[in-house]
Amino acid sequence: MNRSRRAIVALALAAAVAVLRGQAPEGPIKIGFIVPLSGPYAQNGRDILNGFLLCLDEIGYRAGGREIQLTVEDDQAIPAEGLTKARKLVEGDRVHLMAGALLSSTGYALAPYIESQRIPMVFPVVSADDLTQRRRGTWIVRTGYTGSQPNHAFGEYAYHTLGYRTVATIALDYAFGWESVGGFQRTFEGEGGRVAQKMWTPVSVHDFAPYLAQISRSVDAVYALFLGRSALQFMRQYEEYGLKGRVPLIGAGTTTDEHVLPFMGDEALGVVTALHYSAALDTPANRAFAAAYRARYRKVPSYYSESMYAGGKWVIAAIEALGGRVEDRARLLDALRAARPAGVPRGPVELDEYGNPIENVYIRKVERVNGELQNTVIATFPRVSQFWKYNPAEYLRQPLYSRRLAPAS
Amino acid sequence: MASVLALLLVAGPLVLGSYWVGLLTQVVILAILAMSLDVLLGYTGLPSLGHAAFFGVAAYAVAVLSTTYHAGVWTCVAAAVLIGTGLAAAFGLIVSHVRDVYFLMITLALGMILWGLSFRWIPVTGGDNGISGIPTLLGHAGLGAAGPAAFYYVALLVLAACGALLARLVRSPFGLTLRGIRENESRMKSLGVNTWLHCYLSYVIAGACASVAGVLWAYYNGFVSPTYLDLTASSELFLMVTLGGPATLVGPVLGAGIIVLLKNVMSAYTARWLLILGIVYIAAIFAAPQGIWNLGRRSGRARA
Repeated sequence: MNRSRRAIVALALAAAVAVLRGQAPEGPIKIGFIVPLSGPYAQNGRDILNGFLLCLDEIGYRAGGREIQLTVEDDQAIPAEGLTKARKLVEGDRVHLMAGALLSSTGYALAPYIESQRIPMVFPVVSADDLTQRRRGTWIVRTGYTGSQPNHAFGEYAYHTLGYRTVATIALDYAFGWESVGGFQRTFEGEGGRVAQKMWTPVSVHDFAPYLAQISRSVDAVYALFLGRSALQFMRQYEEYGLKGRVPLIGAGTTTDEHVLPFMGDEALGVVTALHYSAALDTPANRAFAAAYRARYRKVPSYYSESMYAGGKWVIAAIEALGGRVEDRARLLDALRAARPAGVPRGPVELDEYGNPIENVYIRKVERVNGELQNTVIATFPRVSQFWKYNPAEYLRQPLYSRRLAPAS
Repeated sequence: MASVLALLLVAGPLVLGSYWVGLLTQVVILAILAMSLDVLLGYTGLPSLGHAAFFGVAAYAVAVLSTTYHAGVWTCVAAAVLIGTGLAAAFGLIVSHVRDVYFLMITLALGMILWGLSFRWIPVTGGDNGISGIPTLLGHAGLGAAGPAAFYYVALLVLAACGALLARLVRSPFGLTLRGIRENESRMKSLGVNTWLHCYLSYVIAGACASVAGVLWAYYNGFVSPTYLDLTASSELFLMVTLGGPATLVGPVLGAGIIVLLKNVMSAYTARWLLILGIVYIAAIFAAPQGIWNLGRRSGRARA
């Protein structure tokens, strides 16, 4: 036996020993990440990515004794592009898990592929109710929320604490709008309130004049759901039409989320919304996160930023629990579902058995503090489930909130 | 050069990983679509900015029939192609009367109407969320879970068939008349040609081929969404044809390949890939205003 052959045998033996002792496999843990970084939702996508990068930086891109390698892909907010990128990450880059997606349409497009490939994917933002309800799969771990989740709590709050009895709603005409308004209407009317008027505006709406002219002046409050440019435009026109002083404005969390709030003026003051996060949330974990985020990106974190900071914590907690052995996808999925990440800015979170978080819902009011607008938390609903106080099995027998489900009365 | 392209398409999946086979499948399906637009844009000189509509409608037909009505594979395919073609036959009655920029505007408007329909006819189309859960083509046909390469070869066969048919068509007297209309319609009229009917038929044939591509696309992605038939889709298609070389049939195939590969390969390396894509378009306009394929052919002729 010559020397080179001996060396090979020795190497093989060493390798066998390493495998038998069950050491962590070699190489980095690969995470694939998909968000829109170009197109109309690029800013939201950038916020989500920034949160994740901040989280990974804090742990030096290491977890469970292994290096973490992040591959970022841009889906342009086009579902088919998202699917192509997912294919690239899973079949080309051979990532161990995926995270990301922003739009519900992308979420629904990815779901069958994720199931067929049996690859865990963390959805930090996609809020389509049915992804963890009537059409839930196994491999999607939603660390964000369902559109109706904060609004169930908000409906009750609007009736009891704000004391409103009739409300008009105006919202973007797509699934996120229907599900948010649907959740609000269900609990608000369940308590005895009445949604007197429901208006839907196209997602590409440019001018709210025709809608604002129709809004009933006799309701107790107007509930609005917008985001991005449409939120800015709506707020401004709501004041210009003289509605601001006459009918109080409430709404979904995105309407005053920190991705648009810094660009608003006094017209946003006093607006009350509900969401599972606020950058002004006064807890040690959130103060530390908001300060670090501001220092690094020179802006206030939005709920999009927090979403993947929290999602990152979630992924890391799972990797640590497995000691870095992420190769077994089924075990990785179990670890993700069982993870109770600490230090999440929004507060305590855990997954229910349907794969959606149980988390606090915050009622926030826009105030000016130190010259800057913020969503001051004025009430907290602890541990809110996607099914609110309803029985999950009964809840799931009811149809999904849609445009036609419950007309105004 | 055409044979190199053909060899690449046939032998590619034998050596490539499943991700690349997936990309090649996209190239092949979009190549069928781009070729169909070439009949209109390149040969007849009718610039359509709503061509993705037929593609999208056929894809939606497959999605609705296979998920909501659980129809069999042949019903889905036949119905989708028929619906797409029927739609082209109906739209053709309107658009065949106009030319140039008016044609562009009307096809754009019709395309937007269908996009709006896919977005707003929620009980049927699922609205913004689209429809997911379409089976794979081979799974739907009861051939079990074949790999991505099998579907690729099916798509490639369809491309070859469509390509052969369209190549015959454009060389036939009918195709020559189309070119005549593109160059000088009033002269063709004075020769006694019914130019309206020729434009109409060209529009319907292009619509039928686009529907075929739409069927494949629905099966490939397993879902449909309104982005299939929006303006971005139509204009990207337009770019594939103009970049590759209009009135060549092979050019659009090349254009589809270049755009799909550039988009997916470059975006892995830089976030500024849209900028690079833009530079490629501008460079192509300056260096090869007749398309990349025509550039090769012209220099070849000059040498001969």
